Amino acid sequence: MTTRTLITLAAGMLAASSWIPVAQAQDSLYVPSMTYRTGPFAGGGTPFADGYADYFNMLNERDGGINGVRIVVDECETAYNAQKGVECYEATKDKGALAYSPLSTGITLALVPKAPVDEIPIFSMGYGLSAAAAGDKFPWTFVYPASYWSQLSSIIKYIDENGGVEGQKIGFIYLDAAYGKEPIPLLDQLAETMGFEVAKFPVGVKEMQNQSSQWLNVRKERPDWMIMWGWGAMNPTAIKEAAKIRFPLDRFIGNWWAGSNNDLNAVGEAGKGYLAANFSGIGQDFPALQDVLTHVVKKGMSKVASEDDVGNVLYNRGLFNAVILAEGIRVAQDMTGKKIITGADMRDGLEGINLTEARLTELGLPGFTGEVKGSCEDHEGGGSIFIQQWNGSNWEKISDLIPPMSDVVRPMLEEAAEAYVSDKPNWQAQTCG
Amino acid sequence: MEMLHSIFVSPFIEMGAYPDFFLQVVWEGFVAGVLYSLIALGFVLIYKASGVFNFAQGIMVVFAALALVSLHGMGVPAWLAVILALGIMGLLAIGVERLVLRKLVNQHDAILLMATIGLTLVLKGVGQLLFGGEPKPMITEELGLPTGSTDWEVFDGIVIFQHIDIAATVVALLMVLALALFFSKTRIGRALRAVADDHQAALSVGISLHQIWAIVWFASGIVALVTGIMWGARSEVSFALEIIALKALAVLILGGFTSIPGAIVGGLIIGIGEKLFEVYWGALFGSGVEAWFAYVLALIFLLFRPQGLFGERIIERV
Repeated sequence: MTTRTLITLAAGMLAASSWIPVAQAQDSLYVPSMTYRTGPFAGGGTPFADGYADYFNMLNERDGGINGVRIVVDECETAYNAQKGVECYEATKDKGALAYSPLSTGITLALVPKAPVDEIPIFSMGYGLSAAAAGDKFPWTFVYPASYWSQLSSIIKYIDENGGVEGQKIGFIYLDAAYGKEPIPLLDQLAETMGFEVAKFPVGVKEMQNQSSQWLNVRKERPDWMIMWGWGAMNPTAIKEAAKIRFPLDRFIGNWWAGSNNDLNAVGEAGKGYLAANFSGIGQDFPALQDVLTHVVKKGMSKVASEDDVGNVLYNRGLFNAVILAEGIRVAQDMTGKKIITGADMRDGLEGINLTEARLTELGLPGFTGEVKGSCEDHEGGGSIFIQQWNGSNWEKISDLIPPMSDVVRPMLEEAAEAYVSDKPNWQAQTCG
Repeated sequence: MEMLHSIFVSPFIEMGAYPDFFLQVVWEGFVAGVLYSLIALGFVLIYKASGVFNFAQGIMVVFAALALVSLHGMGVPAWLAVILALGIMGLLAIGVERLVLRKLVNQHDAILLMATIGLTLVLKGVGQLLFGGEPKPMITEELGLPTGSTDWEVFDGIVIFQHIDIAATVVALLMVLALALFFSKTRIGRALRAVADDHQAALSVGISLHQIWAIVWFASGIVALVTGIMWGARSEVSFALEIIALKALAVLILGGFTSIPGAIVGGLIIGIGEKLFEVYWGALFGSGVEAWFAYVLALIFLLFRPQGLFGERIIERV
């Protein structure tokens, strides 16, 4: 073989390899998946990533994709690190990415300004920047089905319905990071208007598994209720410490990232009674979950360690993330008449989403969540949550859907959105109505 | 004036008004201090023998604990899993000596430090590959470690003692005693101290550097396993445990890098100090002072007593 032949072969192979992703982008729907299967928060990131990938793979296996177009799920590991998250974004955005779900408030905050420039929507499902619920100011960011602020107002509502909040002291223990601090402005506002006192207990990322000081302070402050904005190893440690100081666990409520099976498996019986917010169904008892088991898990196409992991809280959360994106793709295909859509089409599709109970039933998820209806102004789309309780070995849903205090939260969200864009003269907003 | 009152008067009034709570704070600080000391011990052992600051000590804690719970998860009885986990740490010690340290005899300290940073990355990757990234509960009850608590009614209040905390304290003290005896009374212990003083001189009198390094890395692996069990019982076994090892840095600066008693005293000063400071003075700084208290204390020590409380004073002649 001559040198020239070798060079020609190498050039041919190079050309072929660079052609493959283009072909993927042209005849498939490319959905990047920012995962963290490694690092200190892998306990939350792994089941979420599994549920996300399995749902799309189920659609591929069962239906041949969405409207006949297969979905390509491409994982990129962020280890919950904002810098790595941005690197993942930059490395994949030109492959025809339809939307990003960073599963990290830090990464989301870094990507929000990039979304309008690259015309790829950010879907931070129930996390990220609460103000992004104001769709007129944040056309490219979505926080379905509820922002952190709406969620917090629902939790306060739950406390109010179970003994009242007026005159009470509410403790707020939170991860001392962008995520944990996000709901504090609303908490302070509600404390003032509803007449309760707030005691705050920050937990540094390096102190997640070493919280005895915070809980000594809780014992000193004697709050009537505790609310937790925790993630990863912070959650089981906090619940164990609460049990240690004999804080009544049925008055301790975690947000929806502080109520997974992984968190409570490490606590077991000692965590009995602990409460957490949630917005996605629990368990495998849904036709869509059964299809995932049949078409993906039982065929060995899933990364779950065991079939029992299908249906746990964060698995179903990741699956729900995929359900909303899949629905956004369908709406976009209907709106444009195209099968292969762009990020801009996807934005319109996400804005046009209308997940009613009837539609959820069609998707094989009856009663899985509250209704999610988007619009130009509303990128939050409902905001209802329910409360679940740990029975010592699993979660049980113990409340109906609790809508947020929209009358209080919405004006604050709009004010915060206005404040965010006010010092950005070139910010791309949209006019609604 | 109000500020001065909240610094110099009100915390002490509070301590006097609720002495049971004060005792609880001191106990929690004591337990945290003992656990910090455990992590610091692993560093001290390796530093004494090789002058290497083992950056991989934190990940060794995670690796040992994950090996234990994963083996048990595969159906291995708890105490057999402990023995097998120790075996894994032993193999790791031999591997580190053969593949990393042997090539770096007499190299600059910075090169050895970099080698342990590389080892951290390798263990992190291999750990995740073998055991998965998801957290696992520690097999506290299966190991026969006590659960539950005992109340001590005192000063019209109660102090709560968790049985697992008492067990951690006892285990840590036994381990320190055993290591102190090992270093001072055994032939290997004396050889180890000789190696720490001068690699070349130790070699010239027939001490096997390779053997000593493997032994000391194994001893450090044992400490890592015990640390992983005790910290894991308080929370869960996950890669987040690695972060706690950073606190040992401050402990080492206080106690001295080469002193086992220093690791204990340094751990206790930081453990008790940070709890008292957080509970009684934390509000002045907006809470969360525990995140920086140990490091500020270490910084003060670096300024006034860089060798630590029990460390050897470094005199460099030029």
